[in-house]
Amino acid sequence: MAKKLMKGNEAIGEAAICAGALNYFAYPITPQSEVAEYLCWRLPEVGGTFVQAESEVAVGNMLFGAAASGKRVFTTSSSPGISLMQEAISYIAGAQLPVVFVNIMRGGPGLGGILPAQSDYFQAVKAGGHGDYHLIVLAPSSVQEAVDLMILAFDLADKYRNPVMLIGDGMIGQMMEAVEFPEEHRKPNDPTGSDWALTGAKNRKARITKSLFLDPVMLEENSFLLAEKYKTIKKNEIRFEKYKVTDKNRILIMAYGTMARICQTAIDELEQEGISVGLFRPVSLYPFPEQDIFTESTRKNIEKVLVVEMSVGQMIEDIERCLKGQREIDFYGRTGGIVPTPNEVKDKVRQMLGIKK
Amino acid sequence: MAYQANTVFTRPASLSETITHYCPGCTHGIIHRLVAESLDELGLRERAVGVAPVGCSVLIYNYFNCDFLEAPHGRAPALATGFKRIRPDMIVFTYQGDGDLASIGMGEIVHAANRGEKFTTIFVNNAIYGMTGGQMAPTTMPGQRTTTSPAGRDVDLAGYPIRMAELLSTLRTPAYVARTSVHTPMHAVQAKQAIKKAFRLQKENRCFSLVEVLSTCPTNWGIAPSDATRWLAENMLPYYPLGVFKDPEREEATS
Amino acid sequence: MTGQIEVVFAGFGGQGVMTAGQLLAYTAMDEGKQVAWIPSYGPEMRGGTANCTVVVSEHRIGSPIINNPGAACVFNRPSLDKFGELIRPGGLLLINSSLIDVKSGRDDVTELLVPVNDIAIRAGNPKAANMVMLAAFVAMTDIVSFDALEKMFREKLGSKKKELLEVNLKAFAEGRMLAEKEKAGGKA
Repeated sequence: MAKKLMKGNEAIGEAAICAGALNYFAYPITPQSEVAEYLCWRLPEVGGTFVQAESEVAVGNMLFGAAASGKRVFTTSSSPGISLMQEAISYIAGAQLPVVFVNIMRGGPGLGGILPAQSDYFQAVKAGGHGDYHLIVLAPSSVQEAVDLMILAFDLADKYRNPVMLIGDGMIGQMMEAVEFPEEHRKPNDPTGSDWALTGAKNRKARITKSLFLDPVMLEENSFLLAEKYKTIKKNEIRFEKYKVTDKNRILIMAYGTMARICQTAIDELEQEGISVGLFRPVSLYPFPEQDIFTESTRKNIEKVLVVEMSVGQMIEDIERCLKGQREIDFYGRTGGIVPTPNEVKDKVRQMLGIKK
Repeated sequence: MAYQANTVFTRPASLSETITHYCPGCTHGIIHRLVAESLDELGLRERAVGVAPVGCSVLIYNYFNCDFLEAPHGRAPALATGFKRIRPDMIVFTYQGDGDLASIGMGEIVHAANRGEKFTTIFVNNAIYGMTGGQMAPTTMPGQRTTTSPAGRDVDLAGYPIRMAELLSTLRTPAYVARTSVHTPMHAVQAKQAIKKAFRLQKENRCFSLVEVLSTCPTNWGIAPSDATRWLAENMLPYYPLGVFKDPEREEATS
Repeated sequence: MTGQIEVVFAGFGGQGVMTAGQLLAYTAMDEGKQVAWIPSYGPEMRGGTANCTVVVSEHRIGSPIINNPGAACVFNRPSLDKFGELIRPGGLLLINSSLIDVKSGRDDVTELLVPVNDIAIRAGNPKAANMVMLAAFVAMTDIVSFDALEKMFREKLGSKKKELLEVNLKAFAEGRMLAEKEKAGGKA
């Protein structure tokens, strides 16, 4: 298929269609309203459903109801909107339904700003709603990867009957890059014969989709069941990318999403100065590539690990957990919509190594 | 002398054989039955999906013999919207109490009704929060004592009770909106007619439909079941008049 | 072209800087190059400029955020003030001399004055100023082939407003001619 130049926001919408996800519920919020503006005409073309809800609270709950049909359903939003969906996300996780959420992150807390940030890492990775649960969290660093991961997100949601969240910063949404979509669109799921979708109690017992277990023994059982599922997810679904990671590295940078690309340029330019730096980019933020981060960070020449984020430091807490004190960890972050530039990353690396420019 | 036994009364197929947990004198059981009879008579059970509220009737799915979804507090209309939009061939209904629908779920019900979502809402109004233990609801009567208004509802602080049927019938989008009661057998028969009509309109893919049903809560009202029906008649009926507020068939006939 | 070129198009909102950048990105993509188009971000959105950056590369593009672009096309004074000093030494600066009456003052970049508004008005469509600038930029850099750019232009903008296509192409040709003269050593 020919390459198309598309904004990340629109490409994400088109990717969902490729994945056979034709049911989209949304509420406008900057910087991702283009997704709804795109899908409101695009979905009817392919026989899909678009509902502009009255709030993100309603969006989350429409998805909850819609997912019970067994069809692929999704929404896109940005930070404050995702906060409002946390209620439904908790219920959806508890009821074990497949739903894909996209968070094009902007700066917070509160109304914050409308420019790119990565300050919702905790909310996504640690589960922002109540209860013992996890989302599968994927973080693309280019428009093409956003497309690929969006399609994967639906597969993982169905496979594990678990909500999946794609998190990108505002740059992924607003940037235009060349993208290629799969030749063939997936057919929408056929819930006939499903052993969990609500299809009507015809020739079978009535089915209940619920998260309420008033009996503590049953609730504990359900929570243990979920915990088992997360273990399987940890075993099967870890994804990451390494860039110029070698035994010569003196510094290993940890960054995800667009931030990782900025670090990549810094690494290329530092290489020309004779400074060897590698990049480890987690693609799945949950499950987190714990073991690989430990292994790569403890290569013999690595003096320090640098975590770079568009936040005041969130993923760094997971990196600290992975490294178990084996390497010194430093941090560089900008936030509020200010994006660290390659120069800033280079300066930070030089400073860590005591190298004057 | 030989007698021929004829079945004159059975459990509707849409109800399961589970015994309900409702208190003596509570009318949820009656309303469940009216919904179940309507589903049976219209032949809808096998393609029905109910959406349970949070409140006393949260366990409604244990008493029905059709598929059910359990919603967060107040969000049943959003779940119903999501499901019905994807499966317009199914029959979807929400069953909600007054705390669920008129307080925390006000936004969801107003917008679902206004979009004309093609599902049916059974709104059970007993003027109090039941499951959480008798707190003041938006529908609690002026002066009515509850655990959070021990001196009686003070309208200066809490305003007057919300009349949901009237409020929703101000919306222009075609909708069937009626208020009924089940405090006497005669009223229950009328309520059944309204509920059945609401489902029939959905079956014909006509419109959003809502039937408010006035209900008793002797436990939290702190009175005996027989006094509760009298209290409803004396206190609720004058404030919450029964009737059909919006009817697409009537509108078609007069236009 | 070889390696990577980054260019900023900057001006007032409504001057068509976003469209000019997108047209370049589309064309470069069609020629098999890696491209990224990024609208204004960060604090740069303040101060009277709307801008976009286009990165065209023969390799996978790293940072879409560019500290020091190789080129800038500035449509108004605040944009010149902002980006004039950021261009890499040896880079290229195209200034809209219809609205900007100063130069950057730099002697380490190639500077070209293009009266894009005047040319566009002369061609018959004042709104085509962005196309004059884009044509001049492409003629200066050979970042994409001119034929490919014109083809993309017809494809993306021609179908909607057929009556404007001819005047726009005229503006286009004028921008190109001016830049080619400059390249050949003549004075614009």
